Amino acid sequence: MTDSKYFTTTKKGEIFELKAELNSDKKEKKKEAVKKVIASMTVGKDVSALFPDVVNCMQTDNLELKKLVYLYLMNYAKSQPDMAIMAVNTFVKDCEDPNPLIRALAVRTMGCIRVDKITEYLCEPLRKCLKDEDPYVRKTAAVCVAKLHDINAQLVEDQGFLDTLKDLISDSNPMVVANAVAALSEIAESHPNSNLLDLNPQSINKLLTALNECTEWGQIFILDCLANYTPRDDRESQSICERVTPRLSHANSAVVLSAVKVLMKFMEMLPKDLDYYGTLLKKLAPPLVTLLSAEPELQYVALRNINLIVQKRPEILKHEMKVFFVKYNDPIYVKLEKLDIMIRLASQANIAQVLAELKEYATEVDVDFVRKAVRAIGRCAIKVEQSAERCVSTLLDLIQTKVNYVVQEAIVVIKDIFRKYPNKYESVIATLCENLDSLDEPEARAAMIWIVGEYAERIDNADELLESFLEGFHDESTQVQLQLLTAIVKLFLKKPTETQELVQQVLSLATQDSDNPDLRDRGYIYWRLLSTDPVAAKEVVLAEKPLISEETDLIEPTLLEELICHIGTLASVYHKPPSAFVEGSRGVMHKRLPARTGSGEGTECPDVGNAAGGSAPEAAPSIIPSQGDLLGDLLNLDLAPPTTTGPTPSTSGMQMGGMDLLGGGLESLVGTLGGDIGGSPAMGAGFGAAPAVMPASLNAPVGGGLGDLFDLGGGVGMPMGAYIPPKTVWLPAMKAKGLEISGTFARRAGVIQMELVLTNKAMSVMTDFAIQFNRNSFGLAPAGPLQVLTPLGPNQTIEVSLPLSTVGPVMKMDPLNNLQVAVKNNIDVFYFSCQYPISMLFVEDGKMERQVFLATWKDIPNDNESQFQIQDCHLNSEAASNKLQGSNIFTIAKRTVEGQDMLYMSIKLSNGIWVLAELKVQAGNPNYTISLKCRAPEVSQCVFQCYEAVLKN
Amino acid sequence: MIGGLFIYNHKGEVLISRVYRDDIGRNAVDAFRVNVIHARQQVRSPVTNIARTSFFHVKRSNIWLAAVTKQNVNAAMVFEFLYKMCDVMTAYFGKISEENIKNNFVLIYELLDEILDFGYPQNSETGALKTFITQTGIKSQSKEEQSQITSQVTGQIGWRREGIKYRRNELFLDVLESVNLLMSPQGQVLSAHVSGRVVMKSYLSGMPECKFGMNDKIVIDKQGKGGASEEAAAGKSDLGGSGGGGGKQSIAIDDCTFHQCVRLSKFDAERSISFIPPDGECELMRYRTTKDIILPFRVIPLVREVGRTKLEVKVVIKSNFKPSLLAQKIEVRIPTPLNTSGVQVICMKGKAKYKASENAIVWKIKRMAGMKESQISAEIELLPTNDKKKWARPPISMNFEVPFAPSGLKVRYLKVFEPKLNYSDHDVIKWVRYIGRSGIYETRC
Repeated sequence: MTDSKYFTTTKKGEIFELKAELNSDKKEKKKEAVKKVIASMTVGKDVSALFPDVVNCMQTDNLELKKLVYLYLMNYAKSQPDMAIMAVNTFVKDCEDPNPLIRALAVRTMGCIRVDKITEYLCEPLRKCLKDEDPYVRKTAAVCVAKLHDINAQLVEDQGFLDTLKDLISDSNPMVVANAVAALSEIAESHPNSNLLDLNPQSINKLLTALNECTEWGQIFILDCLANYTPRDDRESQSICERVTPRLSHANSAVVLSAVKVLMKFMEMLPKDLDYYGTLLKKLAPPLVTLLSAEPELQYVALRNINLIVQKRPEILKHEMKVFFVKYNDPIYVKLEKLDIMIRLASQANIAQVLAELKEYATEVDVDFVRKAVRAIGRCAIKVEQSAERCVSTLLDLIQTKVNYVVQEAIVVIKDIFRKYPNKYESVIATLCENLDSLDEPEARAAMIWIVGEYAERIDNADELLESFLEGFHDESTQVQLQLLTAIVKLFLKKPTETQELVQQVLSLATQDSDNPDLRDRGYIYWRLLSTDPVAAKEVVLAEKPLISEETDLIEPTLLEELICHIGTLASVYHKPPSAFVEGSRGVMHKRLPARTGSGEGTECPDVGNAAGGSAPEAAPSIIPSQGDLLGDLLNLDLAPPTTTGPTPSTSGMQMGGMDLLGGGLESLVGTLGGDIGGSPAMGAGFGAAPAVMPASLNAPVGGGLGDLFDLGGGVGMPMGAYIPPKTVWLPAMKAKGLEISGTFARRAGVIQMELVLTNKAMSVMTDFAIQFNRNSFGLAPAGPLQVLTPLGPNQTIEVSLPLSTVGPVMKMDPLNNLQVAVKNNIDVFYFSCQYPISMLFVEDGKMERQVFLATWKDIPNDNESQFQIQDCHLNSEAASNKLQGSNIFTIAKRTVEGQDMLYMSIKLSNGIWVLAELKVQAGNPNYTISLKCRAPEVSQCVFQCYEAVLKN
Repeated sequence: MIGGLFIYNHKGEVLISRVYRDDIGRNAVDAFRVNVIHARQQVRSPVTNIARTSFFHVKRSNIWLAAVTKQNVNAAMVFEFLYKMCDVMTAYFGKISEENIKNNFVLIYELLDEILDFGYPQNSETGALKTFITQTGIKSQSKEEQSQITSQVTGQIGWRREGIKYRRNELFLDVLESVNLLMSPQGQVLSAHVSGRVVMKSYLSGMPECKFGMNDKIVIDKQGKGGASEEAAAGKSDLGGSGGGGGKQSIAIDDCTFHQCVRLSKFDAERSISFIPPDGECELMRYRTTKDIILPFRVIPLVREVGRTKLEVKVVIKSNFKPSLLAQKIEVRIPTPLNTSGVQVICMKGKAKYKASENAIVWKIKRMAGMKESQISAEIELLPTNDKKKWARPPISMNFEVPFAPSGLKVRYLKVFEPKLNYSDHDVIKWVRYIGRSGIYETRC
């Protein structure tokens, strides 16, 4: 029994020796030789040259030898397809063997040989084995269908194997059922729309019966399959839940997690006032806690999932805080996850305990863990107001330890605490300032600078402190530079007399000596603000900041819903949707939680619920992207304030002593700025229209604010700006070898534009982009080439705007606004289709004369009139009319009859078709009625959709 | 599903490599070696994603087992499978070591072929596998034997074969508990729980139907209302254990999980535990309790820093169970700072030693009866250091073994019915044993 010797032969000429041994007459010697071959194969040596000799050993009645030969075959058949044929005969013969173990072995192995010619021969034996009298053979054959499908999907369909497989779901043997379910689920994944599994109450019942009888693995297959089913109503949902709950006591953690997945999903459908709903919630907690006594790897998987469950349904584990306390010997990955969950569960009731724990952790050895623990203390302070004081004093204790990374981490979180509780804990600033020198990480430096700037008036030597940072300005990271700039401007506004020099120094460093566009722009903005209107500057820069919200690092609700549907799987471990890490067609389907259909809340129609992805959960807390992103709000702050500064050079600088100094240098600067930005009249309007109130949360990306600005700038002459639908993904990366295309359509200044965002998610550079349209209903065609001038590197994104003309070839599409697009790059040509809002085609001269309108309205036969309802629209007729005009839908007349406003409107399409509309708006009634009349009634539906889109956005 | 399975030695050399799916290439073997086994830092996660390929790994002594996939597989299942794989290998050839794996590589391939098909785990019960994967060939089997094998592998009772016969029907129940504690220096219980296992070794003929009963609060309360017929049965049986903590009638079980032989739907409906056991040893159930735990020992630490170069430590342990019972293998581990230069220890009982390599004073006591107290005091000399960082003061941990169940669990009965064979519940010889061990039993100081 010492097979290890086979691993050691490494001499040259080995292949020849093996060849001789394989052809030996002695059985024992042959077997030895095959073992040596397998050992070499394992360690990665190429022994494919021995193919014919090894295959010759296949005809044997020694099962051990046969299995070894099969193993070899599976490995090398693909590289030697012609010779692999030699093996077919033996396989076919083995499939007829009286011994079921041999029959199964043959069909199992054959399915693993990925050679086309062999698969052809596989069909007949497989068909027989699927109907074999022995369940062991049947269960093996069921998996074999999935194997064959992976090699040649068409063949499987043509041969009718799918139907046979479906029949096996009703097999008498539970293991056959389980394997058939697994195979079908896998095949169904690559055909998202084929209703292959055909789950209905009857088949679900069969599965639930088999669930009680099959092996632990089979139970997992069945539960994972059940999770894809959407029950018809809450009753069915409850009855399935009742039959699944016993699985929560299974010793196998995977069975438990899969059962949890089914329950979490189906629970969505149960009315909350149902007794059973409460019972189920209670039943879920103990098994989840038990998972934490499993082996560490499984604990990790469980904790990642619990993290999701706690976000979705915090009530389940709210009393179980203690089990998440970190043990000294836990592996680091378990510790970090536990910490995360502890913070999520922290509440007023348990905060004292949690804080005591966190303080212990902050003295541990692992740097990452300690940092996270310190950060957690800060998060507790923000989350539970009553504990803030204790948290701050704990943090101060930690700062006293003088451990460098602890101090830095503490300062970062204290900054957040200041944001949440302004003017409350300033007494600690002195302690913080003592540690200024030890800060070497950008995040900590930025946080400290922010604190100094924010509380400049209370720190006597604030100017000295900031000045000390200024010395090495160019060596700092951008984060610190931006923060320093803002802090010094704040300081200047608070103590103008002493800090003039400082502010000038920083402004010139930022604007003249820096290559960073963000820094430069911010520098210019401050400069201009200070020089034009210091009072306004004060209002802007020292404006009251919105409080930061309490929950951090929450997963976005739609993603969370999807991940809940993937409990137990890799997606739930990575906290990413499967499409983010799975290649090819598998896992593209986005799973969603079912909509609640309970009797009490049955008003919502299920379609709407689905479309909205289950809509947002009740009172979803707003999300802060991450701790470090404080800068985000500063940028917002700079853009949003209610100032209407014109391009006039300032003369009001007298209030501040330093203004003449500044003003001189600024003259030219302001001039150019004024020309660039202020020159457009829309710009002023843009500022005026920008919300005067700060956005309550920070979750809008910084770029959003800027985007709005540019939109406004572009839409010159439009009162409101045309409706532009949000960008959608047209071509997912996995369908286009890594190229992702998303986009939308816009009409800007009379030009239709296709706005594309190209993202390269592949590993190689993409070049040579080109675009072409298929013929379409309105003759849309690119008016120029696709402007992607630089090659698109991996993980790069480029935004392109493609002007479109309407003079291309015309062909009626279904739906009318469908557009088929081909995009080419150096890799391949990709096709996708998208739908454009027809409002892009509404031209600017679409306002009809009143007389003509009346005549035309009468002229168009009544058959061509169509009526639609727009629901839930809360605009008054005035606002609606204005909004519509932005999209070139012109109101010609308005009539008020019995409190009902009738608006008459006209639209002209780019191909000259006129559409006339009558919109009825009743005050207080959110439902509008719209009648459309047009000579080409096909367009009515599309036009109506535009109305809806424009009015609701 | 699982795309491939690799086994490596500590150097990262491949010992076993079995690929199940076409999307896993040979380079995956190297990717794991380079990125995980040879990685510089400590492993930060048991799941690693390298170039869109996910690797799950577990380590047994210095052997790495890695499962590879490119799909969104059930992660919990993959780990459960890897553990199961280890169990199966251990059952076949003992300890998982490089040598054993090399010696049995043909067997391992054969097993991998059987228990994983196209990446889907199949029946992996050792009992069933051993009937037909034997490394001696199966040609000799008769037709009946063959179909018996296949029906067992695929059947409802995949864990037991028919036709088992014993001259003496016997069963052993072990209630094994590990009691976990985290206590503050002031003696406040921060967290405490017992995780217990009921391990059953049965040597019973035929297909015996078993029913297991314990002092589960829910069952007892129900019976209190509904009449005491079962109680009578329990009284007759000789299984009443010798608890250490006194007269607790019933215990509240937070959660329990069962071996796959237990009928879960029946447990869910009636809370009765009925099953046909596998032959030989099996872990019948696992459970967890958090209420009314008998903490066998209390540790009272006292640490005093005398200047910068000296620490005085005094630790008292108190045993807290019936004086007639004896705890064994008691070990108290008192951590010492890294810059310790010397230690003087005085203890009343047992032996204590400073182990520099482990940075701890280890105090061992062979036996200790209930309701006793013992004490150790130590003087620790420290080297002066410039290190600003304070000593982290890891908790004092303790190991012991006591002959009762700290949760208070008692076995009330285990009834055996075998309708086809002529032996009854009374003929079965039953043995019950309770062992309580320390899990992570720590007191902060």
